Amino acid sequence: MPKPKSAYSQPTKFGKEDHHIIVVWVDNEAGVLARVIGLFSGRGYNIESLAVAEIDKKKHLSRITIVTKGTPEVIQQIKLQLGKLIPVHKVADFSRNDPKILFKELALLKVVGATKKLDKAKKLCKKHDGLILDKTKKSFVIQVTALRREIDKLVVSLKPLGLISVSRTGAVAMTKGEEVFTQ
Amino acid sequence: MPKLLSGAEIVFKALEDQKVEYIFGYPGGAVLPIYDELKNHKTIKHILARHEQGAGHAAEGYARSSGKPGVLLVTSGPGATNAVTALTDAYMDSIPVVCISGQVPTHLIGTDAFQECDTTGITRPCTKHNWLVKDVNDLTDIMNQAFKIATTGRPGPVLVDIPKDIQFNKGIYKVSKNKLEKKLNGTLTNKINLKDVDKFIEMIKKSSKPIFYTGGGVINSGPKASEFLRELVSLTGFPITSTLQGLGAFPGEDPQFLGMLGMHGTYEANNAMHDCDLMINIGARFDDRITGKIDEFSPKSKKIHIDIDPSSIGKNVKVDLAITSDVTELLQAVIKRFKERNKNFIESNKQKTAKWWSQIDKWREKKSLNFINSKETIKPQHAVQRLYELTKHQDTFITTEVGQHQMWAAQHYKFNKPNRWMTSGGLGTMGYGLPAAIGVQIAHPKKLVVDIAGEASILMNIQEMSTAIQYRLPVKIFILNNEYMGMVRQWQELLHDKNYSESYTEALPDFVKLAEAYGAVGIRAKTPDELDEKIKEMINTDKPVIFDCVVDKVENCYPMIPSGKPHNQMLLGPEDEKEEVSDEGKTLV
Repeated sequence: MPKPKSAYSQPTKFGKEDHHIIVVWVDNEAGVLARVIGLFSGRGYNIESLAVAEIDKKKHLSRITIVTKGTPEVIQQIKLQLGKLIPVHKVADFSRNDPKILFKELALLKVVGATKKLDKAKKLCKKHDGLILDKTKKSFVIQVTALRREIDKLVVSLKPLGLISVSRTGAVAMTKGEEVFTQ
Repeated sequence: MPKLLSGAEIVFKALEDQKVEYIFGYPGGAVLPIYDELKNHKTIKHILARHEQGAGHAAEGYARSSGKPGVLLVTSGPGATNAVTALTDAYMDSIPVVCISGQVPTHLIGTDAFQECDTTGITRPCTKHNWLVKDVNDLTDIMNQAFKIATTGRPGPVLVDIPKDIQFNKGIYKVSKNKLEKKLNGTLTNKINLKDVDKFIEMIKKSSKPIFYTGGGVINSGPKASEFLRELVSLTGFPITSTLQGLGAFPGEDPQFLGMLGMHGTYEANNAMHDCDLMINIGARFDDRITGKIDEFSPKSKKIHIDIDPSSIGKNVKVDLAITSDVTELLQAVIKRFKERNKNFIESNKQKTAKWWSQIDKWREKKSLNFINSKETIKPQHAVQRLYELTKHQDTFITTEVGQHQMWAAQHYKFNKPNRWMTSGGLGTMGYGLPAAIGVQIAHPKKLVVDIAGEASILMNIQEMSTAIQYRLPVKIFILNNEYMGMVRQWQELLHDKNYSESYTEALPDFVKLAEAYGAVGIRAKTPDELDEKIKEMINTDKPVIFDCVVDKVENCYPMIPSGKPHNQMLLGPEDEKEEVSDEGKTLV
C-alpha cells in the first residue's frame, strides 16, 4: 500500500502499553465528566471502563475511576493533562499489578435457559461468591464482584450457557491499609 | 442589604474591577442586555469588528502586544461558533482572552431555540475553562475567576456563557476570595527548588557545546523575563536560538543570536541544536515544526526544560532536568546564584566554547537566508528586508497571516523587543494578521503596526478593513502578492509532483481599488526600483494602507528541513531540491 502523503510525521517508535487505573477527584459540577472524557477522546487516549459517582455530598466531590491503556509517556500525559482541568482536585495513577491497591468491579449477569444449563451457570459463578438477585424457572440474575479480567472470563464461559444480558460498573480502586492517596 | 444589580451590570462591574479598557465584539439578540449597559460605563470602549473571528483575533493582538487580557463579547449561536477559531488560536499560542457570550434564555436551553448552540460544549476543548452561568449570584465569582484563570499559569482563553434571562436578573455583586488559587497550573506550588537551580548551573558549567532554545513562554512571562534572558545569555556567552513565538525576547541582531530554528529556521540554529551537548529550553514546547524527525532530534545533548505548564515537559522529548516554573522567577534565581558563585565564568569558559563558536561560524558562512535577488521582479525576501530597513528606526509592531510570507517575515525582520511580533504559530490561522493588527493598534495608537500578509490569507478577514476605517486605525497591510497560496504550492512542488491543485487564485481583487472602496489608501509596487519609495509612502500615510507588493510568483521559502529529516539535513535552496525526497519522507513534512 502506498503511504499516504500528509503534512505530519508518523510514529516511529511504539513503547510498551500497560493497563493503568486513573482515579480523579473532581468538583461535582455541570459538565465536569464531559471535560474529563473529552480530554481522553480529544487527545486520543483509551477508556476501557469508567465509574463515577458523588462521594461527598457536602463538598460536592465526585470520584471518577478510569481504566486506560497506554505507554508510560501517555499515562504521564494523562495525569498531567487531567491535573490542569480546573475542577480536578487530585489525580492518582495505579498500575494494574500494584499489590497495594484493591481493584473491584461489579457485574449483573442474566442467564436464561433450561434448568440444567442454569445450574451449570450458577456453579461457575460460585467461585466469585455470586449473589442471586432474581430467579425464575427459566432465568436468574446474579451479582458478581470481582476483578475485571475475572468478569471478562466469566462472561465468556457463561455465553454458551444462556447469558443474554450483562451490565458492568467498571472498575473502582482503593489503597490497602491505613493510607489514603494524597497529592 | 447590598444593592442588587442586573447580570449585565455585574458583567461591567467585573470588567471595571479588572481595569478593562477595551472590549472587542459584535452584538446580537442574546447579548443585547449587556450591550444596553455599555452606555453607562465610560471607561470601557467597545470596538465593533465585522466578524466575531476578527473580534477574537483583535483581542489576541491586543493581549499579545500589551500583556493585558483581551476581552471578547459575542452573541449566542453563530456569534459563539465564529469565535471558536480565535479561541482555539489563543489556546494554542497561550494568549489570555476572556470571551463573554450571550446564550438563549435558560428556559429555552436544549429546545433548539433560535441562535442556540451548545457553546460551552463546543468551546470546552479550546478554552482553559468555561462556564454556563445558571444563577446571577454566581456571576461575580465566575467573572473574577475567568480573568484569574486566563492570565495566570500558562495563559489562555476562557469563556463565560450568560443566558439572556441571567443578564436581566438582579443579583449581588460581591467579590469573594478565589478558591482556585491552589492549582492553576496543575501543580500545587511553583516554589523554585534551589537544588534545581544548582543543577542547572552545574550543567551550564560542564557543557562545551551549549545552546539556549527559547520560546513564547519568555514573552508571556512579561518584559522582565526578556531582560533576565539577555543577562543570562550575556553572562554565559552561549549561543541562543528562538522559536517563531519567542522572537523579540532576545535582540535579533545580537551576535550571540543564531536566528530562528525549526522547519524554516537558519542552518546555524538547526545544526547547533543537532550537535549541542547542552540544550536549555526556556518556555518552548518541542513542537513538531521545531524538532523535525523526533528520534534523531539532538541525539547527543543533555536537555533542560523550563515551562510553566507541567504537561508540556516530557510530552514530545525526554529531558534531563525539568523545572516547572515561571520564566522570570526562575531566571532571576539562576542569575543571582550564578553571579554569587561564578564571577569570572565567561573568561574561564571562553576557551571551552571556542571550538563550538568556530563551528557555529562555519555554519553561519553558509548564509542560509540568502536568496538570489533580481532587478526585474521583487523577491519577497527582499521586500521584507526593505520593510525592515525602512522601519527599524521606529518602534514597529508586526503581525502576520500564515504561509510563506509569515516565514519570510520571521527570517528577515529582526526584532529587538518582546511583544512586537504577533503571529499565529500553533493553530496557523490564515486571516489572523489584519484583525490582530487592529488589536495592536488599539493598544498602541501612536505606533507603526504592519500586517505582513499574503494575498490569499488577507482575503480571509478582509472585512476588518471596515473596522480599521471606523476607528481611524492606521494599520498597514503589506501584501506579498504572488497569486498563489505559496506554502501550499511549495509543498505541492516538493511532495506532490508539481500538481498545483487549487493553490492558484484565479480572480483576485484589485487591492488598490479595494483599499479605496473601504476608504483606505492603496499602494502598489511592481519593481524593485520603486519599492523603497512606495514603502516610505506607506509609512508616512496616516490612514490604513493596503500595500500590494507584486512579488516573484514561484519563489520558495528556504532554508527548509525537508520531509522526514533531522535538523542537520537541511535544504538550503532550489539546487538542493534535486535530491529525491524518499517515499517515506513524503509522508513526513
